[in-house]
Amino acid sequence: MNIDKPKTRIVEIEPVTRVEGHGKVTIHLDDDNNVAEARLHIVEFRGFERFIRGRLLWEAPVIVQRLCGICPVSHHIAAAKAMDVIVGADVLPPTAEKMRRLMHYGQVMQSNVLHFFHLSSPDLLFGFDAPRGKRNIFNVIKEFPDLAKQGVLMRKYGQEVILHTAGKKIHGTGAIPGGINKNLSLQERDLLLQDIEQMKVWAKGAVDVAKRYTLEHLSQVEQFANFNSSHLSLVREDGALDLYHGGLRATDAAGNIIFDHVNYQDFNDYIMEEVRPWSYMKFPFIKSRGALDGWYRVGPLSRLNNVAFIDTPMANAEHKEFRALTHNKPNHMSLAYHWARMIEVLHCVEKIHELLLDPDLQGADLRVTGERREEGVGVIEAPRGSLFHHYKVDKNDQITYCNLIVSTTHNNNGMNRAVTDVAKKYLSGKKRITEGMLNHVEVAVRAYDPCLSCATHALGQMPLTVELFDADGTLVHSNSQHMGQGIPPD
Amino acid sequence: MKRKKRIATVSLAGCFGCHMSLLDMDEHILELMELAEFDRSPLTDFKTFSRRCDIGVIEGGCCNEENVHTLQEFRKHCDVLVAVGQCAIMGGLPVMRNAIMHSEDPLRECLEEAYSSSAKVYNPNNQIPNDAALPLLLDKVYTCAEVVKIDYQIPGCPPTGEVLWATLAALIKGEPAPQEYHMIKYD
Ligand code: SF4
Repeated sequence: MNIDKPKTRIVEIEPVTRVEGHGKVTIHLDDDNNVAEARLHIVEFRGFERFIRGRLLWEAPVIVQRLCGICPVSHHIAAAKAMDVIVGADVLPPTAEKMRRLMHYGQVMQSNVLHFFHLSSPDLLFGFDAPRGKRNIFNVIKEFPDLAKQGVLMRKYGQEVILHTAGKKIHGTGAIPGGINKNLSLQERDLLLQDIEQMKVWAKGAVDVAKRYTLEHLSQVEQFANFNSSHLSLVREDGALDLYHGGLRATDAAGNIIFDHVNYQDFNDYIMEEVRPWSYMKFPFIKSRGALDGWYRVGPLSRLNNVAFIDTPMANAEHKEFRALTHNKPNHMSLAYHWARMIEVLHCVEKIHELLLDPDLQGADLRVTGERREEGVGVIEAPRGSLFHHYKVDKNDQITYCNLIVSTTHNNNGMNRAVTDVAKKYLSGKKRITEGMLNHVEVAVRAYDPCLSCATHALGQMPLTVELFDADGTLVHSNSQHMGQGIPPD
Repeated sequence: MKRKKRIATVSLAGCFGCHMSLLDMDEHILELMELAEFDRSPLTDFKTFSRRCDIGVIEGGCCNEENVHTLQEFRKHCDVLVAVGQCAIMGGLPVMRNAIMHSEDPLRECLEEAYSSSAKVYNPNNQIPNDAALPLLLDKVYTCAEVVKIDYQIPGCPPTGEVLWATLAALIKGEPAPQEYHMIKYD
């Protein structure tokens, strides 16, 4: 096609499946079939930041969650936290903050469980190159019915917590600027308490499954998209894991602090986003380190690297073991995200239990307001990592500015490294690329539990696709369009 | 034994919430597995249709050319098409971009808002993403029924897991999707 261009071929995986939302991977091969580069593209764009302008401030928490049906509560609460700042609610009544926390722990629990059991477990249970038709939750149900049922019921429990705090399992309305619109009745509390012990047992079991997988496959896990990076997350003042609130901490690849306990109202002084022409998803970086070296990762792995301890006993014991694997140095293995994710599920279950026993949840003081401001930032540790919402509002309550940096966007660079790393390892120099090889690339993407729906907020949608181009830039193989022809069926 | 019904699902310009709600049928999933199997779907690794399907479940409307193409594929390969949720039926959140007031070119405004170089965005060439790997955005967001014939519309944002289960259970038996009063909720 373009004669001046060095010869490359491109392989496509499209759409990437068993991830939430829509994305595509292209793998660029040189003349000798070596992988030069691989890219994860976000192929949809929505334009949220523009069309939210003019809407009223109280609408934001309700509208914005429609960007993402997997972690709606995260957007719901992040927007509400930003609006708290704007309506001057600097300290929420205990009932309000605890109801929001309860909702959030329910959310992280269900989302992490969904990712592990419904989406990723087929890779771990059947192998990365198991027949395509086998790699899905329905087969897990068939072959590991007990495990699958636990996953289904744990997710259900998380969704029930959301139902009783937000009024609906998906896209509820609990959090409002300055507080919450309902408390938890004793009846609802007792209902949720009924299954909590069972949930603890299963959550511990899930940690064991993920841990065992990691340790039994350690040589592979250490080889698979294991690369140095910085890590970003909120931490509590005392260094504990806190998924709802805290200051921003960034550490470098060796675990040294880059910045710490930063008030997230000032995040723009620390983080900037880069635009690249081949993805609708931007590439954030730490300003002081520049666009090239300033990239970082977020999410369960980063959180467990960044925090000093976890304030619930069972999860804390697991955290210690997790850190011991890398001698308390940062763990950079992409596949270790799974283990970290399950430790967080256990933490959430313990937190939910603690909160359910707290009489503050039956309080009647639900909302405060104070001195009005024009601008506010809300940050929360969503299931997939730090989620930033930034709004400006005029005196008529109309939103005049909005910027979101969603968890998956923070991981944009990390996922692209992971994809390139795995593609180089498993595809380089191969004459024939099999579907199983391509699934390795998807496994790397899946480790990050990317929420491609969220990532589309700028305007699009993204199933994951892998494309293979030849040295002339001709599309040789696409996982989506040409799957039937290019690659023999299983 | 009777052949299991085949179901295909897709998320177009939606938030995936309708798919999540499908999973909110919880234990009914086990029952569903007795009656049906999933073909092309983000929940499986079938990226194209492996065979003709009985039921196609569509989440989301169309915001780019790829969405249109996928929706047409679904029409071609499925006997019955069910549009679930506000996005598929009325455009939902993404359709808000069609209605930006006082704007001649809403899409351009959306893109500029997101990507233009500024103190917060590092974009030295001031380039809006335009790589060939990215599907073309449509001028407007379109509902599913504007693009192909849709057999059933199940409202809700999202419809609950129970409603989706009742719908699939009926269609699997070859009955029309139930449209009872309490099931028709627009939130
Ligand atoms: S209808 Fe609602 S839940 Fe379904 S995709 Fe659209 S926004 Fe998400």
